[in-house]
Amino acid sequence: MADGPVAEVLLRRLEAADGGLDSAELATELGVEHQSVVGAVKSLQALGQIIETELRSTKRWELTTEGEEIAQEGSHEARVFRSIPPEGLPQSELMRLPSGKVGFSKAMSNKWIRVDKSAADGPRVFRVVDSVEDEVQRRLQLVRGGQAEKLGEKERSELRKRKLLTEVGSWRDRPFKPYNFSAHGVLPDSGHLHPLLKVRSQFRQIFLEMGFTEMPTDNYIESSFWNFDALFQPQQHPARDQHDTFFLRDPAQAQQLPMDYVHRVKRTHSQGGYGSQGYKYNWKLDEARKNLLRTHTTAASARALYRLAQKKPFTPAKYFSIDRVFRNETLDATHLAEFHQIEGVVADHGLTLGHLMGVLREFFTKLGITQLRFKPAYNPYTEPSMEIFSYHQGLKKWVEVGNSGIFRPEMLLPMGLPENVSVIAWGLSLERPTMIKYGINNIRELVGHKVNLQMVYDSPLCRLDAERGPPSTQEAA
Amino acid sequence: MPTVSVKRDLLFRALGRTYTDEEFDELCFEFGLELDEITSEKEIISKEQGNEKAHGASDVVLYKIDVPANRYDLLCLEGLVRGLQVFKERIKTPMYKRVMPKGEVQKLIITEETAKIRPYAVAAVLRNIKFTKDRYDSFIELQEKLHQNICRKRALVAIGTHDLDTLSGPFTYTAKKPSDIKFKPLNKSKEYTACELMNIYKTDNQLKHYLHIIENKPLYPVIYDSNGVVLSMPPIINGNHSKITVNTKNVFIECTGTDFTKAKIVLDVIVTMFSEYCENQFTVEAAEVVFPNGKLHTFPELAYRKEMVRADLINKKVGIRETPENLAKLLTRMCLKSEVIGDGNQIEVEIPPTRADIIHACDIIEDAAIAYGYNNIQMTLPKTYTIANQFPLNKLTELLRQDMAAAGFTEALTFALCSQEDIADKLGMDISATKAVHISNPKTAEFQVARTTLLPGLLKTLAANRKMPLPLKLFEISDIVIKDSSRGLLRIFSEDVGARNYRHLCAVYYNKNPGFEIIHGLLDRIMQLLDVPPGEKKGGYAIKASEGPVFFPGRCAEIFARGQSIGKLGVLHPDVITKFELTMPCSCVEINIEPFL
Repeated sequence: MADGPVAEVLLRRLEAADGGLDSAELATELGVEHQSVVGAVKSLQALGQIIETELRSTKRWELTTEGEEIAQEGSHEARVFRSIPPEGLPQSELMRLPSGKVGFSKAMSNKWIRVDKSAADGPRVFRVVDSVEDEVQRRLQLVRGGQAEKLGEKERSELRKRKLLTEVGSWRDRPFKPYNFSAHGVLPDSGHLHPLLKVRSQFRQIFLEMGFTEMPTDNYIESSFWNFDALFQPQQHPARDQHDTFFLRDPAQAQQLPMDYVHRVKRTHSQGGYGSQGYKYNWKLDEARKNLLRTHTTAASARALYRLAQKKPFTPAKYFSIDRVFRNETLDATHLAEFHQIEGVVADHGLTLGHLMGVLREFFTKLGITQLRFKPAYNPYTEPSMEIFSYHQGLKKWVEVGNSGIFRPEMLLPMGLPENVSVIAWGLSLERPTMIKYGINNIRELVGHKVNLQMVYDSPLCRLDAERGPPSTQEAA
Repeated sequence: MPTVSVKRDLLFRALGRTYTDEEFDELCFEFGLELDEITSEKEIISKEQGNEKAHGASDVVLYKIDVPANRYDLLCLEGLVRGLQVFKERIKTPMYKRVMPKGEVQKLIITEETAKIRPYAVAAVLRNIKFTKDRYDSFIELQEKLHQNICRKRALVAIGTHDLDTLSGPFTYTAKKPSDIKFKPLNKSKEYTACELMNIYKTDNQLKHYLHIIENKPLYPVIYDSNGVVLSMPPIINGNHSKITVNTKNVFIECTGTDFTKAKIVLDVIVTMFSEYCENQFTVEAAEVVFPNGKLHTFPELAYRKEMVRADLINKKVGIRETPENLAKLLTRMCLKSEVIGDGNQIEVEIPPTRADIIHACDIIEDAAIAYGYNNIQMTLPKTYTIANQFPLNKLTELLRQDMAAAGFTEALTFALCSQEDIADKLGMDISATKAVHISNPKTAEFQVARTTLLPGLLKTLAANRKMPLPLKLFEISDIVIKDSSRGLLRIFSEDVGARNYRHLCAVYYNKNPGFEIIHGLLDRIMQLLDVPPGEKKGGYAIKASEGPVFFPGRCAEIFARGQSIGKLGVLHPDVITKFELTMPCSCVEINIEPFL
């Protein structure tokens, strides 16, 4: 706010004045410190288009102690000149005079004096001219008389270099209004990364630290075959319903499928095999050809595992992916039609449920989540399956943080993977931990065009293992 | 995941003890269930319809329990109690028995007319059953749960239950013209033809969802008794004549459907659950079904199957070291009666008819692990040694994102799905020119196509953030999708589906002035980052005047790099700006970054 009396007087005076006021003059006139006039000006400025200001700088000069002495006594060179009698003076004697050293060289360069080095008793200094104009003294006297402006810029700066003049109002010694350290600084202009993708980068980093290789996932369009059938998800499964999955009108069907493998999948679904009873239904190729927007990145994992199975001999693998998936779902504050899925997969001989839990413990520790427990669950393509719960300090309860399991043999064996190879896998959404991390309640503020850019600008670094935000902002999605 | 709602006190009485909510929650967790909600009818009504409507409603405490989608045997109080009691070793899992009646066996004859619409039917009888209000409610509720889940909303299987004493067999399952079917349906006081019923039920909140299953068929399925009484018109409605009540003694159950396996499972589940209340507990009276080919089948199957599993396989897959005897005990606690046989390492597991979910040894292994307790399993790290690699396209993307932000641009994250309008009309283009893939079943216009360009998403982001101080500088590096039927050129993926992703980089500058030089400068910076020198020489990049409906005439250039066109930059056409509800000039650049891999 405009601080009271000064601002008011200022406005009154401004109204009466023609062509503005000088703040320094006003300060003197009002008998207040210049700073309080400036303060009043600033607060009026802050109110908007009320006053116009123009920054003027005036400089004043004053003599240094040495300058004062010279104005009084004359410059060193003049004093040297005057101290030399007509018969000259031995240089050594001259140098002992108070102005000797400085004065001698200046007087020399002014060609006021000369040195006779051939004199009998050592170098001797003689006057060259009869009288001198002490220009330095004259100039300093001008300054002392308050007429510094009569000197040229060059002359002033020469005097200043000789430390005879100083600029008054040089900020070094002036008193200043104290800084308000509780005020905010001015943020630098910069670009910002999106918070969800910052979290994505951290998850990538964690997987890479754990030795997992990134799977290609740049194919949003998938066939039902890879999205469902290859995962031993039966053709009547509710997830394959129009209500849950986006199917494509154009291109409606996948044209090429690996037919040998397709036949093995068909047999496993409809008749069983590989130790399985199968689902005992009429498996249809047309259903498998239906193109869709992939509903999970496990479709990409299936492709990766199929490729792995073609490599002989089998080599152990650790894979991960983080990418978009699509669901034809009813949308609400925590659900969108597309979201990101994080998935980790390990394929090796003899992997156990204990291994899966061990890998999960390491993974979640890197996310700063240490209290884990596991609940039996059902997934169509994993058996055993376990939901991962972590204890939420803010909510004081266990919340689900991911899903996991061991891929079913009915999925792996038709691919051609060896029988004693187990594949453990887990998945979670990227959005949920991000919403918790950044305290966002409505997913639309985070993902999609309705994003709040201010939130993007303001979001901190993503350090998943660092302490989380205040508990009040944490909420289970 | 289906949710089963049971009365808490009824549940505890059946379990023979009480639990605190926390204790019961804990038990559920261990067994793979989830105590989802503790509520009451009153609370539910008041939440859904307001406090006034809830006045007088029951405030008996209800537990809503989430059940795994493949455990049909846990979809009612009876099954839950049985499962938990066996798990806690308080009872032994019952043996379900099918018996032939002393008198005449009930027969259901399927005629060949059903073949085209709903070819399968199975049946069974629950003899001398004793219902109470709660048991009756549970019986009805279980049918509803089965209908919603394994029956796929009655499309695969529909269940009809009847008071056998009001009917006289043999029964005929046939299909007739809708106009030829006339009966008094459940809870109606007069007769209607099937055509009339289909009309009436169009406004029935429950039944309207099933009409589509038969609506457009020339013949509707229908079941008659020997006197021409209609039992049911599956999968829509039962007849009122044979309606069961709390006092019904003998229940005839028929399941019709298009999936024979599932029809048999559904019948098995119903009879195993409710034969508990029959005079001869867990005993079910057989019924015979004659198929159109004359073959006679006896139902319910109630088949028990034996599986052999090696103890060391279970130990190896779970990561535990239990004796075969202990493992057999664990499995028995999961209703899988098991014993050690042969060399002492073999476990013979009996799969009861209630456990249709057990189709492979891995299902048995899971049950052993559940009974052992997931949280008792020792966590270990696999010794799998691997070298990590990034997917090159994502690696490039990650690097570029950092430097785009360093160049002062802010990252947006927009939807991959959008309306046709977004990628065509609003950009002054015809949809056929976009080569977009089209979604066949979008619920709203927002999901008609996959985006073919990142620009609309960024423009919509600008529009939603017009209150932010100018200039707005946004970018996104993400995938677009293009229909692509050419084979051969394509990479490992996408060859088969007829479409593929391209990784695009798009940036917009939105301010009082168009700022072409800023977007142009950004392009120069990107090329610098990608180590592509200016100039048309091989390996360099250049921009050439171009045009297009998106851009202001004379303010558009095409970008060529490494000998190919990679995108365009320019000042947006005012029409485009207006259509995206923007008010200031805007310039943009969009390129495909895949050539720089």
